[in-house]
Amino acid sequence: MTKLDVLVAGVGGQGTLVASDILAEVGLRAGFDVKKSDVLGLSVRGGSVLSHVRWGRDVASPVVRKGGVDVLLAFEPLEAVRGVEFLRQAGVALVNTQPQPPVSVTNGGGVYPPLEDVRRILEGVASSVVFVDATPAAVKAGSAKAANVVMLGAFSTLTEVPSAVWEAVILERVPERFRALNEAAFRAGVALMKGGGRS
Amino acid sequence: MTRALLSGNEAIARGAYEAGVEVATGYPGTPSSEILETVAKQYGKAIYAEWSTNEKVAMDAAAGAAYSGRRVLVTTKQVGVNVLSDSLLYAVYTGVEAGLVVVTADDPGMFSSQNEQDNRWYARLAKIPLLEPADSQEAKDFVILGIELSERFDTPVLIRTTMRVSHSRSVVTLGERPGRPTNVGPFIRNQEKYVCTAMWAKRRHPMVEQRIRDLASYAESTLVNQVLWRDRALGIITSGVVHAYAREVFPQASFLKLGMTYPLPERLLRSFAQGVKRLIVLEELDPFLEEQIRALGIDVTGKALFPPCDELLPDRLAEIAEAARLPGVVKPLRSAPVPAGLPTRTPLLCAGCPHRSTFYLLAQMKLPVAGDIGCYNLGCLPPFNAQHTMGCMGASIGVLHGMSIAGIPERAVATIGDSTFFHSGLPALVNMVHNQSRGVVILMDNGTTAMTGHQDHPGTGWSLRAPQAPRVEFEPLIRAMGVTKVVSVNAFDIAEVERGLEDCLSHDGPSVLITKGLCAQLNRSPASSYHVREEVCVACGTCFLLGCPAIVRSEARGRADRPKARIDATLCVGCDHCRQVCPTGAIVTEGPTGKEDRR
Repeated sequence: MTKLDVLVAGVGGQGTLVASDILAEVGLRAGFDVKKSDVLGLSVRGGSVLSHVRWGRDVASPVVRKGGVDVLLAFEPLEAVRGVEFLRQAGVALVNTQPQPPVSVTNGGGVYPPLEDVRRILEGVASSVVFVDATPAAVKAGSAKAANVVMLGAFSTLTEVPSAVWEAVILERVPERFRALNEAAFRAGVALMKGGGRS
Repeated sequence: MTRALLSGNEAIARGAYEAGVEVATGYPGTPSSEILETVAKQYGKAIYAEWSTNEKVAMDAAAGAAYSGRRVLVTTKQVGVNVLSDSLLYAVYTGVEAGLVVVTADDPGMFSSQNEQDNRWYARLAKIPLLEPADSQEAKDFVILGIELSERFDTPVLIRTTMRVSHSRSVVTLGERPGRPTNVGPFIRNQEKYVCTAMWAKRRHPMVEQRIRDLASYAESTLVNQVLWRDRALGIITSGVVHAYAREVFPQASFLKLGMTYPLPERLLRSFAQGVKRLIVLEELDPFLEEQIRALGIDVTGKALFPPCDELLPDRLAEIAEAARLPGVVKPLRSAPVPAGLPTRTPLLCAGCPHRSTFYLLAQMKLPVAGDIGCYNLGCLPPFNAQHTMGCMGASIGVLHGMSIAGIPERAVATIGDSTFFHSGLPALVNMVHNQSRGVVILMDNGTTAMTGHQDHPGTGWSLRAPQAPRVEFEPLIRAMGVTKVVSVNAFDIAEVERGLEDCLSHDGPSVLITKGLCAQLNRSPASSYHVREEVCVACGTCFLLGCPAIVRSEARGRADRPKARIDATLCVGCDHCRQVCPTGAIVTEGPTGKEDRR
């Protein structure tokens, strides 16, 4: 692996930026040049959050071109669809299956796309679309909030970077009392990719 | 050699540390806020850091500290430079005793600003050097260089980042902090330099002109202006993050990458222009470089191809360059379009926001509202549509005054937050008193500078350095300013807010309604979630008018097939607003209400 471009797509409050910071740091430890760029829009909770993370030999732009992302790491199905324009042909999409409908759906006229549509749209581009039941796994590990770390565990299996590096970076970033939870969440993500739980 | 992944803003803070900066001031504003927060958090032992009440105060404090021999950093978002410009412009004439760097974080693409102004013009207006970092390493290095230039040329220095530089992370090699004297000596009395009275300032002006000529000579040889020769068919002059985009879009082109974008190196520009067949300038926003280069008689293309609005991201650069048939453009990538009609995620006032009661009432009363900058600007959106002007920090009260003296036939109000009131609301309110206009100023006091990330202000009772600080109380302050009608209400009690508003509206003169309620994001003890008794809900839709993200449409239907309400227990913090507006008592809680202000 000489380079890896990732788009992390989520909703404010899901830990999208924490996850993309971890991705960037892991890339650095694995010997890559790294750049990342976050787009938050208005800093109000509940908005879409996009992070570009780039590992490479000499990364110039912190922003990936549309159609250039190797892996779309989506923490929410609707946000996966919003990020589809960045995905390269025959790339990989990893999607947390748990929807988080926006207020325009719960309180207005908007319609949330059914999961089968999400899959169909992503499969139009990606060679591999993996739906990950990250939220139930995170709940089992101790908190639904750790779904981002479950997704990182799932993502880690696509790379050659050893689990120990991932776990070290993750554990450095969480308070002592949440370490066991995050460790369990990361390992649950790895297990979901290697065993059952994928859908 | 330690390397770290830092955001542009963290790198600027690190640069301040490694440059021996001793004082850092600023006012919060996206995308600049993390600079001072990082200074305070990581380097607070070495560097005094404060959130000043506004950018002008920050700049004056910086000037005073620099006159006193301390190295200083000032941070602001781009529009904040408008506020501090009066002070920057005198510091240009006085110069400094120790280095003074002003960082402006511009916002091409307007992710969180009211305009897309290009602050590079300020360097030209003020006649001071301008540095534009392209990534985090340069962000750090340029602060160090900026302090060096400031001391060597006796001038303030402007550093301009953009959102992409400030909010991107890249690898930075860390250095050490230089030794600095612990104490400074007595204040230097040098009136002819530091008093800008006309007779002395007139003698300073030629020095300012000579200084910028000296800096132009320096610009010819500085290592931050770099030429990269490759294919000569296309030469590109760039600066900042656009250089990084351009490297990918034009992999074969020759580059003149300017780290110092004012004053420009004339000889270097000419020799680069002569060395290439076709010359273009890639710059976001205004033709700042382009016009100066063309004024040298150099044939160059810029804004004729690359528009002045929005970011020039790699995809856009490639698309325009391809259409213009520029040589050596990277091949387009195949990309699937985002399907049309996806539901949006629009920003909303948070569940439990204290501002909700005010906008609920203003929407019903249909009063004209002069708005201001802060979360409460969301009051301009549905379902409220209850802010009808918004321009810049502190504008609301002056605009309200203008509506009053214009003689509009309605009673009007202004909405302004607590931090914004301290920032620039005070002089406008005194003006209303002095010039005897009428109108209600609603001071929406949520106890923090919420929108930019919960920074302190003089009313919070703490500061960036100290957990305890004197708390400036609004009511006595406003009364002392000569406002005779001042009413304080609990923002979580809608009836109380309504009574206060009516009371103020009936007052013949300026009045202030202070709506007090802690920001929902700071509420550490939220009440338990409320719920809707479906059998009691008549689907009247009144609670939907609160625009609360926790109140959603239920599957259950009421009369005329209208949806009943349901409360999302994961979002509700029990603020009680919805229970108060429900006409049938369908919204209930088993626990205590969250109605009292939890400060």
